[in-house]
Amino acid sequence: MASLDRPGELLIEAIRLTVNGDTHDLGVPSHYTLLEALRYVLGLTGPKQGCDKGDCGACTVLLDGVPTLSCILPVQEAIGKEVTTIEGLAAPDAPHALQDAFDLTGGAQCGFCTSGILMSAAALLAANRSPTRLEIREALAGNLCRCTGYTKIYEAIELAAAALREERMPAELKGS
Amino acid sequence: MLRLHPYVYHRPRRLDEALELLKEHSGDVLPIAGGTDLVPNMKHGLFAPGHLVALKGIDELHGIEERDGELAIGAAESLTAVASHPLVNDHFPALAHAASLVAHPMIRNQGTLGGNICLDTRCTYYNQTHFWRRALGYCLKKDGDVCHVVAGGTKCVAAHSADTPPILMALDAAVDIASADGERSIKLSDFFTADGMWNKRLERHELVTRVRIPLPSPKLHATYTKVRERKSVDFPLLSIALAVELDDSGVMDSISLIVAALGAKPRVIGGLDKIAVGKKPTDDIVEAVARQTYRQCNPLDNIIVEIEWRRAMVPVYVRRSFNAILAEPRATA
Ligand SMILES: Cc1cc2nc3c(=O)[nH]c(=O)nc-3n(C[C@H](O)[C@H](O)[C@H](O)COP(=O)(O)OP(=O)(O)OC[C@H]3O[C@@H](n4cnc5c(N)ncnc54)[C@H](O)[C@@H]3O)c2cc1C
Ligand code: SF4
Ligand code: FES
Ligand code: FES
Repeated sequence: MASLDRPGELLIEAIRLTVNGDTHDLGVPSHYTLLEALRYVLGLTGPKQGCDKGDCGACTVLLDGVPTLSCILPVQEAIGKEVTTIEGLAAPDAPHALQDAFDLTGGAQCGFCTSGILMSAAALLAANRSPTRLEIREALAGNLCRCTGYTKIYEAIELAAAALREERMPAELKGS
Repeated sequence: MLRLHPYVYHRPRRLDEALELLKEHSGDVLPIAGGTDLVPNMKHGLFAPGHLVALKGIDELHGIEERDGELAIGAAESLTAVASHPLVNDHFPALAHAASLVAHPMIRNQGTLGGNICLDTRCTYYNQTHFWRRALGYCLKKDGDVCHVVAGGTKCVAAHSADTPPILMALDAAVDIASADGERSIKLSDFFTADGMWNKRLERHELVTRVRIPLPSPKLHATYTKVRERKSVDFPLLSIALAVELDDSGVMDSISLIVAALGAKPRVIGGLDKIAVGKKPTDDIVEAVARQTYRQCNPLDNIIVEIEWRRAMVPVYVRRSFNAILAEPRATA
């Protein structure tokens, strides 16, 4: 632990973060949140800075698989854990079933909430391949969307769940 | 974008290290558990300690276990863990339910039971950005000398807004407290004070380490209900915890009713022994309890929703609490 002789002055801390499978040794201001480290040190702008105080879920990332608000998480709390952001949800050439399904159903409009919603939904589907509508709503209860009215989001998650269960592409199921 | 001030973030592995750090940096340090209350508050400029002592990495503050006729829950256990743990659900479903009503899933993953118990009091005029507070004029609780809730008031009446303490009080829980100087325990019903500035009998260098709840008798039935604007995210506008012991014939042997989100201290409703104990919870008796509760509850303008409406909801939710208990006796206990 670095020491600070004059509290109130900027302290840069050496921090090792594992993000989307890559390990980074970074110099991060000690008072940064995980979100600030991701966006302003690593350049990962998928997690959004919405309310920046825990109300909206736009900054949701997975910490060891658990949906976490990166805007109120001191960056040090991510040390030794696996951070997954929307950039790491799937390989560039093979989107996650959720990403396909959101595209097909119109589950994203302006898109500001979408990365956070996809992370909450991905954690839900990792634990439960057949979620009920209520379970989906509960898993998303901390992710606000101002555009879609949520219905298309729920439909997208149900479509993705079905695709994962049947090991098919969402497009093959859509409309069938 | 809401920026934090520079600080040193300490991550002790052992409780004694944490307690030493709190003593060493006394006056310029705060403990942080999930940070879901403290980080937004620091972003609003309400606290600016030079040092933070992180609690989540301390093993001694974890664990949910039955011992000596009690259920003991480590202060750093997450609300998600409290809401889903089989021992909590078996013995105290109403506590699991209260934990599941806090905020939303991510906050429950991050936030802890200890942090919920130590939650700072909340007020419309306090939980705002520095810009907002300066524009209106600061208040007693932070930087100012007036109260915007009580005209001419000299005492802060910010609202106790945490969801688990009322039901923990109704279940007769105690908290273990540690500092570099030693350990002590206190009943949660003696823990809170009516001072909105700092509503806890807790010294600044002390930590809550554990919550202990006596295992319930089969006679005990308890429930927690929360009034809020949306079914997620929001703090309570009013909340009620009710625990009654019913004997085999359905007569009440004891009753404990707590109403919170009024002032700084959860209110234990008085005089109910006379009204209810030794009687069955018939419509008339429930109505008498609801009236007695209404008389003792006076919501304040510390929360943005109309006080008349919040007060009118008091007897409604007392009746609903009894209905929940009587409809599904064991399931709500
Ligand atoms: C959008 C939003 C909605 C919310 N809704 C609710 C709600 O509906 N109901 C509700 O109850 N809460 C709500 N909260 C508040 C908060 O998330 C919870 O109360 C949570 O349980 C706080 O726990 P924490 O571990 O994150 O606390 P922290 O923020 O880490 O700490 C809170 C305070 O307690 C102190 N502290 C923490 N642990 C200890 C300890 N072991 N010993 C001594 N002091 C300690 C800290 O110094 C700090 O002052 C909400 C927060 C947000 C951002
Ligand atoms: S109750 Fe009064 S003093 Fe306390 S936070 Fe609100 S306005 Fe400030
Ligand atoms: S940006 Fe984190 S919850 Fe809104
Ligand atoms: S798509 Fe615009 S906020 Fe959700």
